[in-house]
Amino acid sequence: MEVYLDNSATTACLPEVAKLMTHILCEDYGNPSSMHRKGLEAEHYLKEAKDIFARILKVNTKEIYFTGGGTEADNLALIGCAIANRRSGNHIITTAIEHPAVLETCGYLEKQGFEVTYLPVDSNGIIRLSDLENAIKKETILVSVMHTNNEIGSLQPIMEIGKLIKQRNPKCLFHVDAVQGFGKARIFPKKMNIDLLSASSHKIHGPKGVGLLYIGEKVKIVPIVYGGGQQKNLRSGTEDVAGIAGMALAARTLYEKLDEEVIKLYELKQYFVEGLNKIPDTQINGFTDGRSAPHVISFSVHGVRSEVLLHALEDKGIYVSAGSACASNHPQTSKTLKAIRLDKSLWDSTIRFSMSVFTTKEEIDYTLEILYDMIPMLRRYARH
Amino acid sequence: MFTAFLIKYGEIGIKGKNRYIFEDALVQQIKYALKKCEGEFKIHKTQGRIYVDALTEFDYDETVERLQTVFGISAICPVVYVEDEGFDKLCDTVVNYMKDIYGDVQKTFKVFARRARKNYPLESQEICMEMGGAILDAFPNLTVDVHNPEIKLNIEIREKIYIYSVEIPGAMGMPVGTGGKAMLLLSGGIDSPVAGYMVAKRGVKIDAVYFHAPPYTSERAKEKVVDLARIVSRYTGPIYLHVINFTDIQLYIYENCPHDELTIIMRRYMMRIAEQIAQETECLGLITGESIGQVASQTMQSLAVTNEVCELPVYRPLIAFDKEDIVTLSKKIGTYETSILPFEDCCTIFVAKHPVTKPNLGIIKKHELCLSEKIDELVQTALDTKELIIATEN
Repeated sequence: MEVYLDNSATTACLPEVAKLMTHILCEDYGNPSSMHRKGLEAEHYLKEAKDIFARILKVNTKEIYFTGGGTEADNLALIGCAIANRRSGNHIITTAIEHPAVLETCGYLEKQGFEVTYLPVDSNGIIRLSDLENAIKKETILVSVMHTNNEIGSLQPIMEIGKLIKQRNPKCLFHVDAVQGFGKARIFPKKMNIDLLSASSHKIHGPKGVGLLYIGEKVKIVPIVYGGGQQKNLRSGTEDVAGIAGMALAARTLYEKLDEEVIKLYELKQYFVEGLNKIPDTQINGFTDGRSAPHVISFSVHGVRSEVLLHALEDKGIYVSAGSACASNHPQTSKTLKAIRLDKSLWDSTIRFSMSVFTTKEEIDYTLEILYDMIPMLRRYARH
Repeated sequence: MFTAFLIKYGEIGIKGKNRYIFEDALVQQIKYALKKCEGEFKIHKTQGRIYVDALTEFDYDETVERLQTVFGISAICPVVYVEDEGFDKLCDTVVNYMKDIYGDVQKTFKVFARRARKNYPLESQEICMEMGGAILDAFPNLTVDVHNPEIKLNIEIREKIYIYSVEIPGAMGMPVGTGGKAMLLLSGGIDSPVAGYMVAKRGVKIDAVYFHAPPYTSERAKEKVVDLARIVSRYTGPIYLHVINFTDIQLYIYENCPHDELTIIMRRYMMRIAEQIAQETECLGLITGESIGQVASQTMQSLAVTNEVCELPVYRPLIAFDKEDIVTLSKKIGTYETSILPFEDCCTIFVAKHPVTKPNLGIIKKHELCLSEKIDELVQTALDTKELIIATEN
């Protein structure tokens, strides 16, 4: 049995998405900037994609921009806004548990002379609004907060954060990295005071290498990629028509039945959590109810190294990740696990399960059964 | 401009009646090395020399780089072949050749002429003098030095006329395949690929064995070892890599022996298994990357205890090398970048905090008795389930 529980790393592409993309790549392959019919045909796919995202986010189609992935969207949002708004101030606020796409970009901006405040989180991986309130100054030009944490699934109070920012400093921009949240939650930038929002295609059953950045109409931002002036000069480079259309189809498919799927995912997560709790000397990090994402479970197992558990599960056809897989090849202690003050002995003993709407109860039962057998066995051979 | 390479070989030249064996092996190795090169080549032995003739257009840099991986070559001389169209024409050609390669530099030179075709109108001495004169006329900055010339210009009169003066250093050593075969214990580290390279350089063909311990070591760790074997195979030719699943043996030792002796006992079993495969595959020895004192299992005492299980000789070419020197070599060979990728190998997963550094053979043997119930069976299973991967350049 193959059980893929690493959907926060990436997801399987929907077959209908792959089919549409093949058609576009082989038949409707025109360059959307070309003046002839082939170009127009391609442009239609882009328009349709923008329509789909505009409807999902309840924003204007002209506020949708496509990038080469979530990382690029985050980079464009942060660097583009920081440079464009430099005259208003040089202060940026983010959290200690952001994805490297945000944290590393903030590090780069610090080198460029910006001041960055990293908000701490509580043991459930959630920031305190009072910390944010105290951090916002009149020089603050941007606050960047992730919607859903990729390692422990904690959800930030986006609505309250948006409101607070605009109360304290109406000029300050609010960026939300929704790479893990998009496709799992309904997010409405206008209602939530979000000025910029990043999303990624391959986390929602679309192809890799495509992302999206919502940029509110009034946001001052400059490009980080220069060239042919596509996408209103903000993101030059011929649009990846097939990828964009694929991402849009995946998003549309997910959002059609989102509410019921999310309820089902929460139920499945609850079931999984109850099963995991039966294993002695283990713990689940962060909340397990509606205060956390419906698909992510961070699970620590005393006395078993995560890498070993991961490979042992892999041997049974179960795919999970150790800590955060996005930075896979160089094992390093996860910033999130440190930030929630997880016991040091568990840093290297934590794995992440991440489900998708296609995960079944049978798969969870199988996984639990394997874990019940495996963990006592692996504990016999601890490193001394 | 070059149309061929003259291959110079150092040590092979001093072999007596067996010389042809070494030469033939060298020709084989050159063929293997050039297989992936752009262009077609003819490799031939002529009058005690090996020539690589380019039959088509070829990539000079790539070809030289490949030839530099062949053990047994001491130097590679790029050669220009010209038709015999009279001596005056030859002088023009040589002057142009000098201009192309050296430009107008201040250097000393000497002409070496060889007349293999004796009906050529000028004798070797005359060729040297006349040619030297023509070059002096054309390049006022060049001077003749007959004792210690910086440029040694060779003119060989054969069916065609060969011109060469540049000598590119080769990999030295002996052609692989002339020295039998040995089994390398290959880990994912820095040392063992270098050890394999060094022994292969003496003409020895290399097979390898890797001990893999899933789920404690990952699929990527294994792939890293295959990648290392591939890099080494650039020099040695295809490597037969035997992958042994060592997990059960390791766990069994872990459960039945003192933890501080785990590594040393484990290494004794690795040697036993390696030796068994070596004997089945007609290897004449084992090779390890051990170096005295590098880690607990490589002290003189530990080496003696590990060595004790083997009947075949164990070659440890790095035994007296400092780590830094090994690193330098691994960078030169091209294995370093791969070796330092951070995947755990089976030697480190259960390592005790304080492993024994001065193991006593008697005590180790006594503790190994605790394994007698199942170990033979486990070793046999490991041997029966071994996987063979042929590591060769893609």
